[in-house]
Amino acid sequence: MSVLGKLENGAVSRSGHNSERTDMRYSALSLLGNAFSKNKKWTPAWRNPDPKPHYDVIIIGGGGHGLATAYYLSKVFGVRNVAVLERGYLGSGNIGRNTTIIRSNYLLQGNNPFYEFSMKLWEGLEQDFNFNAMVSQRGVVNLYHSDAQRDAYVRRGNAMRLHRVDADLVGRDQLRDMLPFLDYENARFPIMGGLMQKRGGTVRHDAVAWGFARGADQNGVDIIQNCEVTAIEREGDQVTGVQTTRGPITCGKLAMAVAGHSSHVARMVDMRLPIESHALQAFVSEGLKPFIDTVVTFGAGHFYVSQSDKGGLVFGGDIEGYNSYAQRGNLACVEHVAEAGMAMIPALSRVRILRSWGGIMDMSMDGSPIMDKTYLGNLYFNGGWCYGGFKATPASGYCFAHLLATDTPHETATEFRMDRFERGYLLDEKGVGAQANLH
Amino acid sequence: MSSLVKCPHCGLRPREEFTIRGEVPSPRPASDAPANAWFDHVYLRDNPRGEHREYWHHAGGCRRWLVLSRNTITHDISAVVDASTLKAGTKS
Ligand SMILES: Cc1cc2nc3c(=O)[nH]c(=O)nc-3n(C[C@H](O)[C@H](O)[C@H](O)COP(=O)(O)OP(=O)(O)OC[C@H]3O[C@@H](n4cnc5c(N)ncnc54)[C@H](O)[C@@H]3O)c2cc1C
Ligand SMILES: [Zn+2]
Repeated sequence: MSVLGKLENGAVSRSGHNSERTDMRYSALSLLGNAFSKNKKWTPAWRNPDPKPHYDVIIIGGGGHGLATAYYLSKVFGVRNVAVLERGYLGSGNIGRNTTIIRSNYLLQGNNPFYEFSMKLWEGLEQDFNFNAMVSQRGVVNLYHSDAQRDAYVRRGNAMRLHRVDADLVGRDQLRDMLPFLDYENARFPIMGGLMQKRGGTVRHDAVAWGFARGADQNGVDIIQNCEVTAIEREGDQVTGVQTTRGPITCGKLAMAVAGHSSHVARMVDMRLPIESHALQAFVSEGLKPFIDTVVTFGAGHFYVSQSDKGGLVFGGDIEGYNSYAQRGNLACVEHVAEAGMAMIPALSRVRILRSWGGIMDMSMDGSPIMDKTYLGNLYFNGGWCYGGFKATPASGYCFAHLLATDTPHETATEFRMDRFERGYLLDEKGVGAQANLH
Repeated sequence: MSSLVKCPHCGLRPREEFTIRGEVPSPRPASDAPANAWFDHVYLRDNPRGEHREYWHHAGGCRRWLVLSRNTITHDISAVVDASTLKAGTKS
């Protein structure tokens, strides 16, 4: 994970307690100006402040969702006395580990408008936060291999169109022109066609964390790294602050956005969640010439792939299936992903995998996220994103900020309630029931 | 996670032979128990960082349900017992 390694070094070299604000705007002109001054005048993208004794809002977790929440809180809702507390270095969680796919091809009424809101935010994000996140709407194709699978995708495509989301059913011949290297004649799972969302694609994941961090920092948010929350202080039915590895901090409102560690942090206030933590792996191959120019998912097995701008194939499969807090996966899963990949693209047999890694997913009991207030009046929860929370990052941040600032859910996030399991209003896209490792 | 798991009936067997159900939840409530007892049983999980007890099915072997005690950080398996040895109505 060379990218993460570089980030880590960057974070270390930046720990010189620079507390002055850096308001530099990135542009072609700033690039040119800095080139003339031999690139010596670039300033850090965000400050590295010490924690203050009190904040109006503390966000636990400096992943994509925590940072996006801080960004929109400070930018849209005018709440600026905010801290993001991150246990490790910025980007060390799933935001720096995912396979970067964005899409809004959801079926259910409670999900679709939210993910489409996220897609619209992605479409304007780079201009909005003045950072190159390499948003690439290269299209996402989901393959189907049987009549039943085609019918299910037709239904999904129609549901998307009813929500004014683009969806196209692509027949086998058209698909052959687009993706000639697939194994169409596979004896067991012949490829019959695919459902395509042209506006789907990929975004450079760690640049999303950096862009949101920089934008939030410029609005006065303190991003505090190497600061683990170890306990939550309560008085009656209110939260008063947190204990951290960098001392106690008090707050007006406390917001959790810790992804795979949701249950662990919730236990600090005796809260049990409908969530299990599971490991998911991802893989990158050696660099190849341009080969795959969309995202493709296999309908007959757990496999999906895209090609990064550096030429590496970025791919992955299913979660490991057992609870895990170790950011690594199992060889059985590596074998399974490789087999599924070769069934879809036989040419992969000659490709060498350069690196692989794992992240911890917050798998909810219906496969959909939870964004809500909790039984403690000023404690707010955001989690349960499963393996699909990257695409949600901007909307999750926007809607969570909306909830924190106004105490009401954003109009696209009204179904992500904590009590939906108790009330029987599940958001089960796959329809597999209350078993986290099947979603 | 180790690639071999010791089934109390079949001995050391490859991990792929097993299907994992997940955490041993709170005991199954009586059929006339209040809804919140069922909510707890069906949906809520401890999901601990550390020692964890979970149901595994030895689908490719004796087809018995087993209870594994496993650490979710190190993946060390400290005990595997047949699920029938669990006392009815208890978590441990
Ligand atoms: C291999 C892989 C592939 C994926 N592919 C995709 C994809 O293609 N598309 C997609 O949409 N999604 C994908 N996902 C899912 C997506 O990455 C996650 O759902 C999303 O990143 C989770 O939100 P986050 O960014 O806030 O999480 P994180 O980046 O994990 O942020 C949570 C942060 O909380 C911190 N934290 C935890 N406990 C504490 C504490 N006590 N105190 C302080 N800080 C704490 C952690 O250190 C972490 O940095 C993938 C995930 C993985 C692992
Ligand atoms: Zn057995």
